[in-house]
Amino acid sequence: MCVSVRPPQPVTFEELAMPLFGQLYNFAHWLAQNREEAEDLVQETYTKALRGFGSFQPGTNFRAWMYRILRNTFLTSRTGLKATMTVPLEDEEDAANLPAADTKTPEAILIDRSNQELLRSALEELPTRFREILLLCEVEEMSYQEIAETLVIPIGTVMSRLSRARAALRAAVQQKLQKV
Amino acid sequence: MACEEWRGQLDGYLDGELSAEAMRLLDAHLRTCPACAADALARLQFKRSVKAAGVRFEPSADFRNKVQRKIASKPRRSWSLGWTFATAGLAMLLVAGLITNYIGGQSLRREQTYRELADLHVATLGSTNPVDVVSTDRHTVKPWFQGKIPFTFSLPELQNSEFSLVGGRVAYLGQTAGAHLIYQIRKHEISVFLFPEGSANQVLGSDSGVQRRQTFNVETWTQGGLRYIVFGDAAADDIRNLSNLLKSAS
Repeated sequence: MCVSVRPPQPVTFEELAMPLFGQLYNFAHWLAQNREEAEDLVQETYTKALRGFGSFQPGTNFRAWMYRILRNTFLTSRTGLKATMTVPLEDEEDAANLPAADTKTPEAILIDRSNQELLRSALEELPTRFREILLLCEVEEMSYQEIAETLVIPIGTVMSRLSRARAALRAAVQQKLQKV
Repeated sequence: MACEEWRGQLDGYLDGELSAEAMRLLDAHLRTCPACAADALARLQFKRSVKAAGVRFEPSADFRNKVQRKIASKPRRSWSLGWTFATAGLAMLLVAGLITNYIGGQSLRREQTYRELADLHVATLGSTNPVDVVSTDRHTVKPWFQGKIPFTFSLPELQNSEFSLVGGRVAYLGQTAGAHLIYQIRKHEISVFLFPEGSANQVLGSDSGVQRRQTFNVETWTQGGLRYIVFGDAAADDIRNLSNLLKSAS
């Protein structure tokens, strides 16, 4: 019997990291909320990640690793510290503490293209911990496991925080729609 | 189970995070409960709106190049090691610089090609007439391309798969004409591009499975003188399955 084994592909940091550049920049801009800081964040993330690439375990999730570095860099930046310090601490988040199902009518949370700016502004105004988890889930389409690895929180907390974030965004959108 | 309990699972259902059994049970409930089905639809619409609103900021080409140069740069040797060694080092640096430039250029061209493909995919799906030949029958779609593109190709039988063919159109990549086919799986539309293998697309490299490019999932390979690119926002597994069907048909 002939068994062929494909030799492992040599992968460089650049090959792994550059395809993520656009996504990481988008995420950084949402966190920092301005171009200059987003560029600093991304540049620092790539520099740190390149330096630490030797310690990266092949086969583990590279994307979650890069997002984790970016987020940690943000949290220790001036804007990040300000954002986390001005947000009140939340009650213990765990799977057993999930909020009740959303009771708003489906019509109320329907959003068409013309309201996209309204949705963007509601997203901008959300607390960072809600904004980042929504972006990781909806925009980056990360699994709950990947989000847990990125934010370094248990999966139960991912579920409860995501649920709260969605409810907060719906409420913010409804509030804005009523003002229009 | 009461509707309230089913609704508590809707987000996990739409995020694809329920077990296969829970997914099947909720799916069955949604087929019989219009209120829960409407709620699920509204949540799905909301997810899509957040996704559309969330993809907002793009880095400038200058900034991208700056970071790319930074991570591709190599450390330099010290002059104190002597002229002979320095000369050899300089020669090596020149070669390394040329290689780095070449790799950097390759990488940049690859990203540009993926950006062009993303434009083709999005512009087509956003068009009121996304395809020029509308048919789910591969025996109608394939002959339509005769005389329009400089090659022929085979399409897979889809009867036992979740995929359906929507239709096709002629597309251009690097001034080369090719086939652009649209397939559908559940609510996702996937573009399949076929071009003659050549300089415009060789920068995409060999088959290395499903990759994430420009926020889309992509698989590309060459086979029988053709470059295949499977491109879309469907899950990586769906992109892989459609790629495998195409590979087995060729």
